[in-house]
Amino acid sequence: MSLSWYLSWVAKPILFVTCLIPALLLGYDAYTDALGANPVEAIEHTTGGWALRFLMITLAVSPLAIIFKAKWLNRFRRMLGLYVFFYACLHFAAYIILDQYFDWAEIYKDVIKRPYITVGFTAFVLLIPLAITSLNKLVELMGKPRWLKLHQLVYVCAVLAVLHFLWLVKADVLEPAIYGGVLIVLLVFRVWQRRMVVDKAKSTGHNLGHHTASQSK
Amino acid sequence: MLIKIKKRSDAEEYEITPQSLFEQRRRFIKKVGGLSLAAATLSLPPSALAALNINPYSKDVDGDRDELTAYKHITSYNNFYEFNTDKQSPAKLAGSLKTDPWSVTVEGECAKPGVYALEDLAKPHKFEERIYRLRCVEAWSMVVPWIGFPLADLVKQLEPTSRAKYVEFTTLFDPEQMPGQNRNVLDWPYVEGLRMDEAMNPLTMMAVGLYGEVLPNQNGAPLRLVVPWKYGFKSIKSIVKIRFSETQPQTTWNLSGPKEYGFFANVNPEIDHPRWSQARERRLGEYRKRKTQMFNGYAEEVAQLYRGMDLKRNY
Repeated sequence: MSLSWYLSWVAKPILFVTCLIPALLLGYDAYTDALGANPVEAIEHTTGGWALRFLMITLAVSPLAIIFKAKWLNRFRRMLGLYVFFYACLHFAAYIILDQYFDWAEIYKDVIKRPYITVGFTAFVLLIPLAITSLNKLVELMGKPRWLKLHQLVYVCAVLAVLHFLWLVKADVLEPAIYGGVLIVLLVFRVWQRRMVVDKAKSTGHNLGHHTASQSK
Repeated sequence: MLIKIKKRSDAEEYEITPQSLFEQRRRFIKKVGGLSLAAATLSLPPSALAALNINPYSKDVDGDRDELTAYKHITSYNNFYEFNTDKQSPAKLAGSLKTDPWSVTVEGECAKPGVYALEDLAKPHKFEERIYRLRCVEAWSMVVPWIGFPLADLVKQLEPTSRAKYVEFTTLFDPEQMPGQNRNVLDWPYVEGLRMDEAMNPLTMMAVGLYGEVLPNQNGAPLRLVVPWKYGFKSIKSIVKIRFSETQPQTTWNLSGPKEYGFFANVNPEIDHPRWSQARERRLGEYRKRKTQMFNGYAEEVAQLYRGMDLKRNY
């Protein structure tokens, strides 16, 4: 069996089920009334936390693939990205249904007036086009360059998601600061990586130019 | 003739407490009230009254009725940053707090300064049970059957001078017993304070127990303040120092976020926290939010304390 076969039929299903575990555990806790004194808050924190964690994991895939020279890792990226959206949807639904109970006036006020909700809401909305365009057909339809450009939005989402967390805590900023630190590392890696690629292109481009110049002589 | 006029905000105990529970508690209070606190602690293993851990009331989603919050919720969902900043940890970590022996230092503008054993501060006063709403600044709330005595009685015992305009309280600082103090999340030790008229208001109490039981450590044992018309952070826990002063105390949350947490911190649905609304709250154990009441429903008793004050500025 080829590596591709294993990835598609073994690794991916295992990953799919693994990523579902936090949601299943949360469902079980809710069912057995084990969410503590404030179940709404527990559901919001758990789903939000996992959305943020999956976002960091998704953004870590391509750096890890480069560092470990394991291109096959990139094949998990879409599924992980969709799990970000899955947990973000649960988080959003918990807010709309359990927290606000469809009180649209209150929700509107929250989104407009509360910066941490404004950024959290924005991050969620920005995830929607990314989730929709994850379909192969749409990638083809858009063309890879445009698709890539659109998916740069994930960095905006990540920054907004960390701000969403940071701005809601009262005094203990340790946990959001850790996510912020991880995000900075992941972003710096990309900047560094891009610079490397550009430098490489420049040096080869320079050689090329030199070559053509000498040819034209 | 003495006519007791019921105030709108009075919690009718017969509405809230089933009779058997009510009588059991009365027996407990009689027992504790007569004994010194230390003796009460000895005679009451924490589990003895845990049997009261029942919430026999049917849920009423639409109305804003008050029911006692379940014992397990009151004692497992705590903001006690001295142990940890999450809400579940204090119940797990607070075992390291030694509450016996316990002494309280009294200083400042009073005739009876000194270091008091807890028993000597508590013994002279008549214990009573008070069922109060507690509204956290984070927009959740609960209803707690406290046991304690009016702060006014304690203040009178300590004989403040005419210069005493404020009372300041300090929580124990001991990172060995309170591991959360190893991190500078707040400026330790925790300090809170009241204006003298707030301290003397009959609603303000010093609590030593809840649900007919000695106060669990995570709820601020062995001695805490309860100010039901103010956000929960004013009701300082595990008090080791009481100081009478002429000037307004520098209180911990006010220092941490002066724009977000005022010295007064009166519950006020019209004045939002800069980051979230204070108009509604979620009662622990309930799903739907309910409207927050002015002064947490105690306006009749305390609104006059703030007459003429701009509550928008003095939040």
